[in-house]
Amino acid sequence: MATLTAQTALPADWRDLFALTKPRVMSLVVFTGLAGMLAAPQLPPLVLGFTAVLCIALGAGAAGAINQWYEADIDALMRRTANRPIPAGRMDRQSALHFGVGLAAFSVILMWMATGVLPAALLAASILFYVLVYTVWLKRRTAQNIVIGGAAGAFPPVIGWAAATGDLSTLPWLMFAIIFLWTPPHFWALSLFVRSDYAAAKVPMLPVTAGIAATRRQILLYSLVLAAASVAPWLLGLTGPIYGVAAVALGAMFVALAVAVAANKASEPSGMAPEKRLFGFSILYLFVLFAALVADRWLA
Amino acid sequence: MTQPEEELVRVRQRERARLMGWLLGAFVILVFAITITKMSINW
Repeated sequence: MATLTAQTALPADWRDLFALTKPRVMSLVVFTGLAGMLAAPQLPPLVLGFTAVLCIALGAGAAGAINQWYEADIDALMRRTANRPIPAGRMDRQSALHFGVGLAAFSVILMWMATGVLPAALLAASILFYVLVYTVWLKRRTAQNIVIGGAAGAFPPVIGWAAATGDLSTLPWLMFAIIFLWTPPHFWALSLFVRSDYAAAKVPMLPVTAGIAATRRQILLYSLVLAAASVAPWLLGLTGPIYGVAAVALGAMFVALAVAVAANKASEPSGMAPEKRLFGFSILYLFVLFAALVADRWLA
Repeated sequence: MTQPEEELVRVRQRERARLMGWLLGAFVILVFAITITKMSINW
């Protein structure tokens, strides 16, 4: 304990402040935000577009930092998160809170200044949703935490679109829906092979509360709905064939991997290769799908 | 606080001060660029 006190009395290393922002999550958020902007019918001037993407990144980082401030107790109980700056004793909680709140306010104000009130309001809403609805309200209370909370991560393309055009239309909300429906199978695949971590921390993820078999069924169900939703922009005539072909192919692969997960009977992480494959593919899926959407907008 | 700990504090303060300086400089340039852009295109 004496060691911990001495460590936490030190000013935080900038690398730990960076780690608070969950850089890997941020990269996906930045990409989807940029995709929303590049899919819009008009582009903002380069400086304003860059600032909007920067603000989306900073807002996501701020939400991640506040999340780690609030969840330090359960992070300490899970192997996957025990080495984060606060549970590892490299930073005190108050510094993380100040950093997160400051960064959140800065990102929203800068967004407002550069691109207007709508993108700034959407950015503020996404940060508040992630912190208050997902982190504080849902995560420790219900197995639907990741379903409803997934909306927070679905905002970036909507924000990117709003920053480019100043208003919203059907396509950005379809992009929102795709990420919203992608989030449960993505996180449930992960939570299956780190189930013991969530159980130890008493986080009511679906595999902990409903069991492994029910989670695998839900993954398949959501994957089917996701595959259907991802084709919707093409069927509605909002995109061209480049996106349509990519959505069909990627959706079929996603469902095939989800079928393999549903057919798997293993209950130990060592036998969960299909879940690990689906988790890995789901990240690639979102990158390629949205890249195809942007390519379609510019090449078709 | 022991001598090595004091040195570590100084190193971290120096690193953070340097980083903050660069970030503030970048922020000033960014605000300048935003202002010029908005003035030139009447965004």
